[in-house]
Amino acid sequence: MKKYSDLEYLKLTKWQKFLYKLKMFFVGIPRAIKNGVFAIGRFFKNLIFGIGGFFKNLCLTFVRGDWKTKVSYVIMGFGNLMRGQILRGIMFLAFEGVFIFYMITTGGYWLSKLPTLGTVGPHEEYNAVLDAYTMAYGDNSFKILLYGVLTIFFIIAFAYTWYANIKQNKTAEEILKSGKKLKSGKQDLHSMVDDQFHKTLLALPMTGILVFTVLPIVFMILVAFTNYDGAHDGYNNSLFQWVGLDNFKTMLSWSGTGGHSYAATFGEILTWTLIWAFFATFTNYFLGMFVAMMINKKGIRVKKLWRTILVMTIAIPQFISLLYVSKMFAKNGLINLFLLNAKWINQAIPFWEDPTLARVMVIVINIWIGIPYLMLIATGILMNIPQDLYESSRIDGANAWQQYRKITLPYMLFVTGPYLLTQFIGNMNNFNVIYLLTGGAPTNASASWASGSVGHTDLLITWLFKITTGAESKYYLASVIGILVFAVVAVIALIVYNVLPSIKNEEDFQ
Amino acid sequence: MNNTVKSPKRHMGLARSRAISNTVIHIVLVIISIIWLIPFVFILLQSFRCESAYQVGYVVPQQWGFDNYVSLWNSNFPKWYLNTFIIALVNAVAQTVIVLCMSYALSRFRFKLRKALMRFMLVLGFFPGMLTMIILYRVLKDIGLTQAHAVPGLILVYIASSGMGYYVSKGFFDTLPKSLDEAARVDGATRFQILRKIILPLSKPIVIYTILTAFMAPWGDFVFARYISFENSAGMNVAVGMYNWLNLDQITTKYTMFCAGGVIVAVPVTILFLCLQKYYVEGVTGGAVKG
Repeated sequence: MKKYSDLEYLKLTKWQKFLYKLKMFFVGIPRAIKNGVFAIGRFFKNLIFGIGGFFKNLCLTFVRGDWKTKVSYVIMGFGNLMRGQILRGIMFLAFEGVFIFYMITTGGYWLSKLPTLGTVGPHEEYNAVLDAYTMAYGDNSFKILLYGVLTIFFIIAFAYTWYANIKQNKTAEEILKSGKKLKSGKQDLHSMVDDQFHKTLLALPMTGILVFTVLPIVFMILVAFTNYDGAHDGYNNSLFQWVGLDNFKTMLSWSGTGGHSYAATFGEILTWTLIWAFFATFTNYFLGMFVAMMINKKGIRVKKLWRTILVMTIAIPQFISLLYVSKMFAKNGLINLFLLNAKWINQAIPFWEDPTLARVMVIVINIWIGIPYLMLIATGILMNIPQDLYESSRIDGANAWQQYRKITLPYMLFVTGPYLLTQFIGNMNNFNVIYLLTGGAPTNASASWASGSVGHTDLLITWLFKITTGAESKYYLASVIGILVFAVVAVIALIVYNVLPSIKNEEDFQ
Repeated sequence: MNNTVKSPKRHMGLARSRAISNTVIHIVLVIISIIWLIPFVFILLQSFRCESAYQVGYVVPQQWGFDNYVSLWNSNFPKWYLNTFIIALVNAVAQTVIVLCMSYALSRFRFKLRKALMRFMLVLGFFPGMLTMIILYRVLKDIGLTQAHAVPGLILVYIASSGMGYYVSKGFFDTLPKSLDEAARVDGATRFQILRKIILPLSKPIVIYTILTAFMAPWGDFVFARYISFENSAGMNVAVGMYNWLNLDQITTKYTMFCAGGVIVAVPVTILFLCLQKYYVEGVTGGAVKG
């Protein structure tokens, strides 16, 4: 692979530059991996030294600190209390108290069960009163995993707070030594609405995200390494256990029962997901831009009316429009019945029964759904393009197409690059459009042996949903798919972010 | 210099070709408008059809009447509607507060973990959110917030994860000049006072945008609401309830009712939306440009 010098590079056309960048990205992968390995090595070296330094610091603070600091190593907040920072001291102390209480009463139990996810499942037990065997329930794998993870979170939080407590003692000593005063409780409270205001603002939202997004995601990642499913729900019928990488092996193996394999099915759905995301993103993008340009054109009347008509369709909840349109094109739906009545066709058009037609239909209907948004966005951006660019190009004799190619499109791509990426990712996970339109149908005969009865228009996300709601409810498989989706999305994002800035710089308007 | 002196003939040609292209565009726009509006016109017309409840091959009813709306009133629909309305209202208030807190903090403060936090949330967004349903459903079930009591459960989930959608309003706060803050700081205002007295009054567009989107989202949420309400009619929102009407076993009797329900759901939301359209457009265009 020839590496161009700067001068040679500048001579290339834009398209060649793009290809060159793309090529260089892939050529650069081995070196990036090498660098990555070194970086990891350096990271661990730094980490080990860092940890060493960290503990050295801790010890030094302990040795050099006064007795208040020393006691604070065991009783958090002791130093604060003794130095008159009552509020902080009480908070530290209370946190330590809560933590110890929690660990003794419940935390320890969950943690000790975490490696096995429970040993005593539901079983029959002799009941002396009834003189019969009745069901007795033992451990709850689900709760063990959930609270186990929560306890680990809690321990990390405690460790961090403990460290903060030590650090505060150290700084307090230094401040007192230099003859200054410590912050009083009142000042602490005041800083919560002033220079520490961001912590106050972020506390509630971040707690919500931590509990309702991060914790569930960590939990679900862990589920991929267990056999949690409908038949092993962890309490009522059977416990679930750690199974290591078995689920990933199942999903990624090419050998399966009866010539089928999960890897093939996954590959098939992934391919369609990427095709769908590509078309859904770019058809909307270009057609939306086109509509916006038509409305914006000089001499077009009642611009506001056209815009309002399109914008109005955004307001109508998607489930209404999508479900209605889906039924409209059904075998015995409005369109087919009308065409049959008018004798234009002899038999119903299989909009949702023919695999290829169904795939085209979802893309077309998605255009119908998506253009209004894109029209809005494009309108805003188009209005920001400096008009003198167009005027000077007109004087130079450029026609409309050339203006579009050389001014409008580069400008749009420049501004909306990151948006396109988020759109692409959003479309990969576009559950509503697919599920409400087709529900994944028509059934894919060669893949429907797999859990969740796969259809031709199923995306990975709808497949995942079907797996979790089916009779078998193979949560572990859904979890594996989720992790793989994450991996695919992360790789795409990484490539785009690496290629994108270079495109941007070149097409900068100066 | 040649350009300034145009021959009259060529000028006429240009004007004519522009007139033609504008006419073509007008026609295209009319066609587009028809395509975009026609399904909704169909829904409206069919909601008044009395002669049959199933799909037919024509649009204009032969017998007009309010039968479908009456049977709507007698079904579970009012309950679903109320559920959705409560969710939307609470969501609009709480989500706006949370989103504004989050975006203001990330836009105006420079603290140690800010970049890391934003990157972390970006990566978090790569995970299919649907996965978390499995666990959230079971946890909510344990505290009794599913099925018939799905409404508070749904509200909790919507609000708790709403901090992730801070991009648009952060983009807005970024555009407000920092010198405002600095001037107020010099005058001795606390950060809280700056937010309340200076920033918030300037943020009307973004506040309205956030309220509007937070209010509209629950009307369309399908998958999560269906999971949490778990086939219990009392806890459904309109989307989940009406989805069942189009299932194979019900569509023959409920199709026109679905249309009527669609009208009842869409009309208020659409009117509200059109009134506040200006703010929505500002938010969407601003948000996309910032990424």
